[in-house]
Amino acid sequence: MPDKPDRNAIEVVNVSKIFGSGEGQVAALDNVSVSIRENEFFTLLGPSGCGKTTLLRLIAGFDFPTAGEILLYGQDIAPLPPFKRPVNTVFQSYALFPHMTVADNIGFGLEMLGKPKAEIKARVAEMLKLVKMEALAGRRTGQISGGQQQRVALARALAPQPKVLLLDEPLSALDYKLRKEMQIELKRLQHETGITFIFVTHDQEEALTMSDRIAVMSSGKILQVGSPWDIYDKPAERFVADFIGETNFLIAAISGSGNGKARATLKSGTTIEATVAEGFQPKDNATVVVRPEHAKLTKDKGDLSGKVENIVYFGTDTHIHVQLDSGEAFTVRQQNTRSAGCGFERGDKVGILIGNDAAQVLRD
Amino acid sequence: MASNFSIKHQPGFTAIAATCFVVLYLPIVVLVLYAFNAATSTSEWGGFSLKWFQSAYQNTQVIDATLRSFQIGSIAAILSTTFATMAALATTRTASYPGLTFKYAAINQPLMVPEIVTGVALLIFFSRIKIFTGYSGIGYLVAAHTAFCIPFAYLPIRARLENMDLTLERAAADLYATPWKTFRRITLPLLWPGILAGLMLAFVISLDDVVITEFVKSGGQDTLPTYMLGQIRRGITPEINAISTAFLLLSVAIVTLFFFVSRKRD
Repeated sequence: MPDKPDRNAIEVVNVSKIFGSGEGQVAALDNVSVSIRENEFFTLLGPSGCGKTTLLRLIAGFDFPTAGEILLYGQDIAPLPPFKRPVNTVFQSYALFPHMTVADNIGFGLEMLGKPKAEIKARVAEMLKLVKMEALAGRRTGQISGGQQQRVALARALAPQPKVLLLDEPLSALDYKLRKEMQIELKRLQHETGITFIFVTHDQEEALTMSDRIAVMSSGKILQVGSPWDIYDKPAERFVADFIGETNFLIAAISGSGNGKARATLKSGTTIEATVAEGFQPKDNATVVVRPEHAKLTKDKGDLSGKVENIVYFGTDTHIHVQLDSGEAFTVRQQNTRSAGCGFERGDKVGILIGNDAAQVLRD
Repeated sequence: MASNFSIKHQPGFTAIAATCFVVLYLPIVVLVLYAFNAATSTSEWGGFSLKWFQSAYQNTQVIDATLRSFQIGSIAAILSTTFATMAALATTRTASYPGLTFKYAAINQPLMVPEIVTGVALLIFFSRIKIFTGYSGIGYLVAAHTAFCIPFAYLPIRARLENMDLTLERAAADLYATPWKTFRRITLPLLWPGILAGLMLAFVISLDDVVITEFVKSGGQDTLPTYMLGQIRRGITPEINAISTAFLLLSVAIVTLFFFVSRKRD
């Protein structure tokens, strides 16, 4: 990870957003606080209705918080209308102006800022080049493809050099291949412009591959903020572990916890080393998670034992579903090779080996 | 069988459709034909001639009434479209609230109240004002026409606004456009086809009005339709046919234009 300066671009301080009133009152955001560092690619990740888009709209100024402050480099922008915030948005629907050309769309923000014509022209040319759309500058936005519209929307939002760029699920309308291309393109643009990106998505894979840091949201709250590695390997809560990737949940008795580590005694009687969710002091029983690729299947005795229920071939790997003797379900992911099968068959009695540093104790 | 049901293949469908078209268009065809009649009669054909068009063109009363119709029509169309645009913006750019339906009804009132009632009401109302102010100019006709043209201008504008993506205005605000600039640069240009359609519809409706105009006009304020009505009372010559034909052409031209403008979507 390249060095990021420690300055915060955006600080969200105790922000709540309540829709409706009385009985029908809904808290879209419930006392949320988060800091987004300058020059980072920050992702708000969560299922629909978790409040991620509401938070983005509050930062953009399309809506105002019921309580709390939103600081942009230390200045509270929460009460400002959108046209007074040095923040630009890439919309999910792109929202390109259909009665203007590609170039006019890109220049719109600069024009509204009252920049001189020559400067606008130069900047538009620069932006067209940045998103590789020089050839289509004179086209109407209805005459270009979805992927091209996406590029124009990006160029339009980047042209006024915002302090922060907000991206509201911008890739969701693109097909798989184009989406992959644009993911790389977005990373490149963020790197080249050095602008802080706040990216909203419900796609965990997109979040993991693109972000410097991710905030996982659910029901109006931020559950965990961390690097993709933190979020995937050290989930703090069941929701985070479940929402990102596939995982196995096991009930364990905890002993000897301290220093972020603990000993977890599984139902099989085996005791393993586990890391503990940050700031959590486990007592007695807790949930332990093990990712399917961090466990190994053996025909001998393992840390856990059970019977193979089902085998699913995925090309790159094979998922082997095991019914544990304790009654719990456990999935093991095994890398495939060309020469041999996975080596197990349905109904086999198997053992599961859980490696060192493979288990994490959850907060709940 | 329900699966074979097709509205196009009902017995007698073609015959009914043909009858409707004949009943609708035959009188108009006859009217247009006799505009080119060389004789003085509207029922006996006396050969082809353009003399009634020439006569209408040289009739100062006809020219006078036509100019007045255009004058009232254009002012009323511009005013009613302006009001209709404001009303459409106010009734679509808002969350639904109790009383909104009532406002729709109030705006569309001229569509529901019989013209004769409005005509009589305006006659009485304006006569008071006339006594009070001493003014008896064309303003009363303009005001009356503006009022009943508003719903006709309102409907296409509102339809256009409802189809417009609100995110576009949000995007403009995000790109530093003040609310006024957002309206000038985004909302208005996108609304323009709707406004033009409303403008033309209002103009045609105003041009066509007889009942309310008949009640509201003062002496010497005949519009083309009320002039024609007056002429018919004194016996018809093919001149009326010629004027009607010219009028028809104009209406068709405007409605055609309206069709193309309102069809223009981005």
